Amino acid sequence: MSSVASLASAPLFGLPLPELWFALLFFIFGTFLFLDGFDFGIGILFATRDDPHEEEVLLSVIGPFWDGNEVWLVVFGGALFAAFPAVYANLFSRYYLLMFAILAALGLRGLAPEMYEEREDELWRRYWGYAFVVGSALTPFLLGAFVLNWLVGSASIITLTGALGGLAVVALTVVDGAAFLGLKTRGSLRDDASAFGVMAAVSYLGLVVATLAAVYATAPDLRPALAHPVVVALVVLTVVLTAGYVVAVRRQRYYVAFAAVAGLVAGLVALVAVVMFPHVDRATGITVSEGIVSTLPLNLMTIMAAVLLPVVLSYFAVLYSVFSGPLDEEEAYG
Amino acid sequence: MIDPVLASRLQFAVTTIVHIVFPVMSMGLAPFLVYFTYKEIRTAKPIYEQLRRFWVRIFAVSFVVGTVTGLVLEFEFGTNFAAFSTTAGELFGGPLATEGMMAFMLEATFLGIFVFGRERVSDALYFLSSVAVALGTWLSAVWILIANSWMQTPRGYEIAVEGGQQVVKLTDPMAAYFNPRFQYMFLHMQNAAVESVALFMAGVAAYYVFRHHVWGYPVEHPEFWQTTLKIALVALVVTAPLQVLHGDLYARHVYETQPQKFAAMEALWETDSYVPEYIVAFPADLNQLFDPRTKELFGIGIPGGASWLASGGDPQATIRGLESFDTEAPPVAIVFWSFRIMVGLGFWFILLAFWGAYRWWSGDLYEDDLLHKALMGSSLLGIVAVEVGWIVTEVGRQPWVIQDVMQTSDGVSQGLTSAEATFTLAGFVTGYVLLLALYSYVVTRLIRAGPPAGDDLRSASDEPAPSEVSADE
Repeated sequence: MSSVASLASAPLFGLPLPELWFALLFFIFGTFLFLDGFDFGIGILFATRDDPHEEEVLLSVIGPFWDGNEVWLVVFGGALFAAFPAVYANLFSRYYLLMFAILAALGLRGLAPEMYEEREDELWRRYWGYAFVVGSALTPFLLGAFVLNWLVGSASIITLTGALGGLAVVALTVVDGAAFLGLKTRGSLRDDASAFGVMAAVSYLGLVVATLAAVYATAPDLRPALAHPVVVALVVLTVVLTAGYVVAVRRQRYYVAFAAVAGLVAGLVALVAVVMFPHVDRATGITVSEGIVSTLPLNLMTIMAAVLLPVVLSYFAVLYSVFSGPLDEEEAYG
Repeated sequence: MIDPVLASRLQFAVTTIVHIVFPVMSMGLAPFLVYFTYKEIRTAKPIYEQLRRFWVRIFAVSFVVGTVTGLVLEFEFGTNFAAFSTTAGELFGGPLATEGMMAFMLEATFLGIFVFGRERVSDALYFLSSVAVALGTWLSAVWILIANSWMQTPRGYEIAVEGGQQVVKLTDPMAAYFNPRFQYMFLHMQNAAVESVALFMAGVAAYYVFRHHVWGYPVEHPEFWQTTLKIALVALVVTAPLQVLHGDLYARHVYETQPQKFAAMEALWETDSYVPEYIVAFPADLNQLFDPRTKELFGIGIPGGASWLASGGDPQATIRGLESFDTEAPPVAIVFWSFRIMVGLGFWFILLAFWGAYRWWSGDLYEDDLLHKALMGSSLLGIVAVEVGWIVTEVGRQPWVIQDVMQTSDGVSQGLTSAEATFTLAGFVTGYVLLLALYSYVVTRLIRAGPPAGDDLRSASDEPAPSEVSADE
């Protein structure tokens, strides 16, 4: 088995695979946050609607997408397990209750729309509507808290930094959801969503700054990393993109606004990655080069990912193009 | 407070036992949905559109609940079995990541089109979506069973020590991932899923056929339920005998590769030849009725049956007893009885299949009320058989989480406290009971609502009615 032997001896094509997988993990997480983010945001904006028809429209907008979007989180978990098994084990067992809280919130978000549609009566719909909002708001909050705790290497699951980071991610999902609604809806629903989106964008900016300040204050060893030029550039980028988002929404250029959100998510994820590097888990002190799986499974996973991820992206291209454009009036549920 | 090791094991048992129901429904429905979609497009007959749309709704609910409960499992290896994940991550993480990318993504994205997109895509792309969804569900099983079969019969690895911890190193991916156990598991699981769904369809259809033909109550769309019954019977006639046939081969492979599990299946303590296949067995001393590892058993069985099963035809063959292994035996009674329930159900399903087929052939399929009652009573028994089958597989290999490499109790997360583990266990028990109740409620409602009909059908007129554009009725 000479081919296996060569796969076991050196990284594929001599590539810096540990660093590439570290980046790929954050790319996968960012894709999840951007795509499922608009589902969460729309779930949060669901709380601002009273009209049953508008509620139906919101559910119909995310209907074909949310499940596929959530799979990016599944892939994130799998990729972390495959590429950095010890980190997957340490991280998930360390934040034990937080992980199950995330799973419960995600479960609520997934079940609620499906249940909401099962019956027409008001009481049933009111409570499943609440469940949908709670699941949609809690999931990004807890995920944000998880990522920030991971970043600073906190031993506790309840930290000020985590809470601020969680709120920042919640605001970001509202920004995301409002932009997507700009593409998918018309009329007062879109106008209201845009107004909330602008408010959320400004809040997001404030919360990012507050979160960074909290990291600066509570994690002295991260201070040099925070002052790194790339980090400064990413913060500037976030300010510029937020302003761009606000302008785009005001001018009803929703594609531009949605693209700006993609940039904001990429900026946030890159910020976390740059500050974290070279560690992949600060709490245990595991660095990227220490935590990476052995060469043979790493090469195999790299081949798998290189073949499959472009194919997966093409599935999403098909899905989003089939359901592109504003929702037809009769496409609302019911 | 429950000890974290026990709580983690119980929690994993609860979460897998509940989760498997939903993949069984989606994997079992998948080939039916491809068939219905194909026939709908080819024949343009309303019945196939009804079948497709009715069962897609149940598929979609199963898929959503399966996603929610499946994500839990993927995280649970890290949260509760961190030591296992660190030790086996090199072999185990890859298949899980690949499952996500290769299978789950395919299923989840094309399901969006399959459920919501009938009016937005061409017939060809729509059919392709049904195939993609079906392929996705089955590919999921491929990767999960590759991971699981490696834990049953590990190969292609070596043990190293890294940072004071024993770690499994992948040396030969072909040996590890093309594991000999995989083929038995895959055939047995996928066939079981189709068989379980066929039983479910037949049971539901029999209820309406029974009401219509035997009681004479007015039933909407009797022809829909008659066709469902017939399609389910065809599937049952094919799958039921196959299940027992490859089950037999599977059992022999267990005997050859996991003798301790096989001995537990047969409750055999002392190595012996001409071992009987007990049909029932009880502790000779009734005080030990609730001890799963009691050794003095009194049973009624087929002489030489277990030896015959293990060796593939020799009733004199010797079987290793549980006393000959260094490790503690698994809870034998659980494995023994689960195995018997599974096998008993397997034979009952064959009987049911041929009984139905005979009535169909003799022309009184709709009038045999006893058959209908039997089908109704058996509608959920396919899922029961899958559950007890997995209990044989997973409880039977205890105390090992990786056969002969790592014990389950060594795999649990080190830092986990009793309070945390007990809290989440209680949460899962409560939450999953509610979840199962909710799922049953929704599926029952969907069945009662019956298939879409009349103007609601796109095959009924050229102009689709606005309300049927959405997948939700």
